[in-house]
Amino acid sequence: MTTSTAAKYGTARRAVTVRVNGRHVTREVSTRTTLADFLRDELDLVSVHVGCEHGECGCCTVLFDGLSVRSCLMLAVQADGHAVETVESLSANPAELHPIQEAFAEEQGLQCGFCTPAMLLRTKEIIDAGREMTDAEVRHEISGILCRCTGYQNIVNAVQSAGAKLRGPTAGGRD
Amino acid sequence: MTYTYIGKDRRRIEDPRLLVGRGGYIADLRLPGMLHAAILRSPVPHAWIRSIDATEALKLPGVVAVFTGEDCKEKINPCMSFGPATITQYPMAVDKVRYVGEAVAAVVAESRYLAEDGVDLLEVDYEELPPVTDPMAAMEPDCVLLHEEHGSNIGYERTFEFGDVNAAFAGADLIVEDTLRWGRSAGMPMETTGAVAQPGFNGVLEIYCNSLNFSYFVFLIAATLRIPSNKLTLKPVPAGGSFGSKLAAHKVPALAGFLALQVGRPVSYIEDRIDHLMNSDHHGCDRTYEARMGFRADGTIVGLDIDVVDDYGAYMQFGVGHHGNAFSQVVGPYRFRDVKYRLRAVVTNKCQQGAYRGFGSEVHNWVLERLVDQGATRLGLAPEEIRRRNFIQPDQFPYKIPGGNLYDSGDYPAVLDKALSMIDLDSWRAEKKRLREEEGRHIGIGLATTQERSVFSATEFWFLVEKPAFPLTSSPESATVTIDPTGQFQLLLHCQSMWGNSPETVGATVLAEEFGIPPESVNVRYADSAHALPGTGPGGSRYTAMVAGAIRGASRKLQKKLLHIAAHRLELAPEDLELVDARVQVRGAPETGLTIAELAGTAYFFALSLPEGMTSGLEESYTYDHPYTTPPAPDGSDLGVFYPIMGHACHIAVLEVDPDTGMPSFLDYVAVHDAGTIVNPRSLGGHVTGGATQGIGTTLYEELAYDEDGQFQSLTFRDYLIPTASEAPVFRIGHVQTPSPFTEYGIKGGGEGGRMVAPAAVSAAIDDALREYGMRVRRLPVKPATIVATVQAGRAAEG
Ligand code: FES
Ligand code: FES
Repeated sequence: MTTSTAAKYGTARRAVTVRVNGRHVTREVSTRTTLADFLRDELDLVSVHVGCEHGECGCCTVLFDGLSVRSCLMLAVQADGHAVETVESLSANPAELHPIQEAFAEEQGLQCGFCTPAMLLRTKEIIDAGREMTDAEVRHEISGILCRCTGYQNIVNAVQSAGAKLRGPTAGGRD
Repeated sequence: MTYTYIGKDRRRIEDPRLLVGRGGYIADLRLPGMLHAAILRSPVPHAWIRSIDATEALKLPGVVAVFTGEDCKEKINPCMSFGPATITQYPMAVDKVRYVGEAVAAVVAESRYLAEDGVDLLEVDYEELPPVTDPMAAMEPDCVLLHEEHGSNIGYERTFEFGDVNAAFAGADLIVEDTLRWGRSAGMPMETTGAVAQPGFNGVLEIYCNSLNFSYFVFLIAATLRIPSNKLTLKPVPAGGSFGSKLAAHKVPALAGFLALQVGRPVSYIEDRIDHLMNSDHHGCDRTYEARMGFRADGTIVGLDIDVVDDYGAYMQFGVGHHGNAFSQVVGPYRFRDVKYRLRAVVTNKCQQGAYRGFGSEVHNWVLERLVDQGATRLGLAPEEIRRRNFIQPDQFPYKIPGGNLYDSGDYPAVLDKALSMIDLDSWRAEKKRLREEEGRHIGIGLATTQERSVFSATEFWFLVEKPAFPLTSSPESATVTIDPTGQFQLLLHCQSMWGNSPETVGATVLAEEFGIPPESVNVRYADSAHALPGTGPGGSRYTAMVAGAIRGASRKLQKKLLHIAAHRLELAPEDLELVDARVQVRGAPETGLTIAELAGTAYFFALSLPEGMTSGLEESYTYDHPYTTPPAPDGSDLGVFYPIMGHACHIAVLEVDPDTGMPSFLDYVAVHDAGTIVNPRSLGGHVTGGATQGIGTTLYEELAYDEDGQFQSLTFRDYLIPTASEAPVFRIGHVQTPSPFTEYGIKGGGEGGRMVAPAAVSAAIDDALREYGMRVRRLPVKPATIVATVQAGRAAEG
């Protein structure tokens, strides 16, 4: 290896300001730091779970300006000036769960919990979109996040029950 | 028997922390001064390592040290192994690499990023050897050897015969035979395996790891690290799923421990997904069967003849325990008595096998059910009918099967009837016909059963081997129950068990049942290995049954103490008192009594009010040994009772196959399981849906593939396809409960059955959908291309 080492492994640093769970944070980061590692290592938001680091498992999903993204595929510097939400934005207090978390507890939409923060955030996004969905549509909408434990059935039930609660009682929707 | 808490759907105690993202996984752990390791993995399947040059890597700022297999050879001992003594391995390859992905060197650095930079800068010189990838070719006498010391690529070979298969087949009206191929898949949890090791107080090495069974094998890791076992503490860390892949995952903690000892600082080693896919040490079974089954004309099965070649990969850490599991339920739920089983376990240049939900018995069940289905088709019997005619009957239990294992209890006709009651097969069959004729669609119905062995005895680790080196017989589980001075309950579990099952909820529920307290009020903790009583940990669907026995044992000791304190205070005999709803009261006069809180205060603070000779405090432990096991016969004629707590399941899958794309899609799926007494039906339901979805993955999508040159083809989740929510069917679940006569509360294991039966049910459904084209699923995964090719060949043959 030659002088290119420094270039290849260079650690240029840059300040980023990100609104995370409603609060502005400014940190100096290496330009190659992924958003997932930034959230986990710099901000201690270890709810962002890294399952593959190649954009396939979806466990690292966060909301980026309200839309779900895979934080392992983004760099922290790309988040400069943007808003990021992790599962702590729902509730970080096990004794006071958000209705979506509550629905997952009630329907047992989790086992090991590793995909769970991603599933919860994706559920929030689906519900925020405001449209009622059939179970098949919910399955399609969450199919970007892998869960190895549940077989998804209880997750679908949890998404639907959270949606019904948060949208208020309306007819139909399930298939 | 009805219980207050057992058997009710219950929210899990584990969930609130998981729902706020505080699962406490291994990657979340940060210790002061912690370094990070990254591993250089072999790009070639088989080669001598000529040299490793770390000069450039060591120049990189932030890189602290580089270690190789040479360092391992010098400073530590080989890894624990239940396989042949002549097949040894270290946490990193010594002298030779034997598969793509084997660890060659470790870089320890200030961050994971820097450690990976360092890996990029290592230079290795390999002298390549011919790759051995085909297990049949591996057995040829002139084939290049993986392990020169072993002298052959056959790790293990033996033929077992129970009964007389030739005689049985001589009386058969039909003998079906097939070549059946089960491809490699793996548990593939969303969280990989990892460990953080730190040199601690008094020269103790502490290793945090998400591997399980730690108190069972801590002394073996200490032996690898050449430290006294009392100077090694394994700290339990919750696992983000395992499904077998973290069962005794010994290499990861051994490697982290080795690195931490060398650099004298905490070191974290967490597999990334690529590490895990190519080197998890827990690839699933990879088998080719020549199998035959004999039938009489009425469908009665008369015998089974199996010749199986199992491609174990480069090492054999668990010996051939996978086949011990097959022997635990070798006849399935059927009555036939004659079995022949030839096993050849072969080493090749692939990642070694470990455990995956079913641990070898799921493959055997698929083979059994494939043969039964073929027999049914050839004899013109419906799949439910041929099974019904062969079931062991409810009045035959306990039932000793060929080979020696015992089935404790069961009601297989009831499980089948329950499944049939949940789905109208007649109308599905009519609909299938109508859709084929009127719309040209292809619907298939598959029905399959499985035995679900649970609660293994340690004898199965060695009983297949002629001269076992370490014929252990213990596989206990322990619990400690503490009532604190205010009457609150603590439950200490002595093994790491958070695999996605719910040990805390199960434990709290059993404890609640024992004392009449709310389950939610129990606090549950895990002991580290320095404090742990004997425990074997989860695996083989044993934990719920075993820990319930341990908790009940500890509870009985505590209940006795409470009764004696109360008797002393009330000046009555203990026999006059009873414990009801967290209160000791007088039999027949329940208004007189003392609450547990009142008794706890006495136990801790009023020694002079205790009965003579009693000491202060309220804490009891209990170690529950296997409830029913017998030793194998020395000559191998009987393997003994080793897996007697036997569950059962029946799945019925209805699916449609698009003959032009090969795409299957589910129309209905019924799953009925009998896991004895159920502690939490909703949790068990989650295991059924999760397990069956994994079984569907094994059947249709997942493959850890190697090409013929030994290159690994499944490096990402783009190649290794785990079912998403869109592929998983909607399951309809039913339960039957036949309590075990041998376990406390009659609990049986229930963690694996879903994956053990789904492959057989789905294979049968695909056959049924495309029978007109001669479709017979003989190789898993059955990919769309195979289906399309079969359909096209069938159509061409029709002209
Ligand atoms: S970790 Fe980001 S998609 Fe898997
Ligand atoms: S709950 Fe374990 S991966 Fe989803």
